[in-house]
Amino acid sequence: MHEMGIALQIIDIVKSAIPSHDIKVKKVNLKIGKLSAVVPESLRFCFDVVKKETPLSNAILYVEETPVVLKCKQCNNQWTIKDLVFICTKCSSSSVDIISGRELDIHSMEVEE
Amino acid sequence: MEVKIIRKVLDVNDAIAHKNRNLFKEKGIFVINVMSSPGSGKTSILEKTLSHLVPEVSCAVIVGDISTTNDADRLAKQNAPVVQINTDGFGGDCHLTAHVIESALSSFDLDKIDLLIVENVGNLVCPAEFDIGEDKRVVILSVAEGEDKPVKYPLMFRVCDAALLNKIDLLPYLDYDKNAALENISKIHPDMPVFEVSAKTQEGFSKWIEWLKECIREKKKQGK
Repeated sequence: MHEMGIALQIIDIVKSAIPSHDIKVKKVNLKIGKLSAVVPESLRFCFDVVKKETPLSNAILYVEETPVVLKCKQCNNQWTIKDLVFICTKCSSSSVDIISGRELDIHSMEVEE
Repeated sequence: MEVKIIRKVLDVNDAIAHKNRNLFKEKGIFVINVMSSPGSGKTSILEKTLSHLVPEVSCAVIVGDISTTNDADRLAKQNAPVVQINTDGFGGDCHLTAHVIESALSSFDLDKIDLLIVENVGNLVCPAEFDIGEDKRVVILSVAEGEDKPVKYPLMFRVCDAALLNKIDLLPYLDYDKNAALENISKIHPDMPVFEVSAKTQEGFSKWIEWLKECIREKKKQGK
């Protein structure tokens, strides 16, 4: 769905991070939260389409999926959710922060020596 | 050789959304981003909402669709300026982004607007990821859809600030389990207000309109 636009953004960010376009990028490491609305397989497909004729033409995308971790604002309980229930497992408070699970971040890249 | 980058992929969008938000704050405009699946009744709800608010509240609307100006044509009859964005020029995007909103703003006299309504492209997935600079996000679902929509599209229901359950006039004719739907919303976003409405009969509209007016008043106060 919107993975094509995201793939283009990744190419732009990586290109701006390399000092010369002669440098070939081998791998881009991403962190994508399980709550994010991005499908890693679709993103890889789109990335392979848009990477041609760029310094990333031989690069692969490595996606680390991060779990949904919540923290209760009332009792500080922190837990990883399996079922999608945003209520504290200890004190039943509904006042919770999402600590991780919404990431859509580029973490690093690997370039040819 | 590994090189650290650490950048949010949507940095560019977020930066423009921040710029939009600052402009809305300066102008005292309350902005809602209305999202739903196709066919839940977004445009009908907005038509009726405008009929309750205009002319007491000065409203403007940005409508996003992949193609056609059908929704804008309907909303323009409510005496509020409407801009239609067709995302087919942007590759048929399934959502509105901050820069698209930024460019649409030049069509309005921002000094004369209290409420800007953005009707996003009908889709419960992608629009949830894109900040456009809004104050509140509103999701609409209808009783003609599955009760499990909130758990199927958790990000959307988590990032929204209010939900409208539309088409409640159809409840006597459907096997829809309304309590199951409300429980599903509550699992994902326990304290979110849910307005049960019918765009056809306007049942339940008074609470929704009052909520909107309170938000507009709050925004005006903050601007002063």
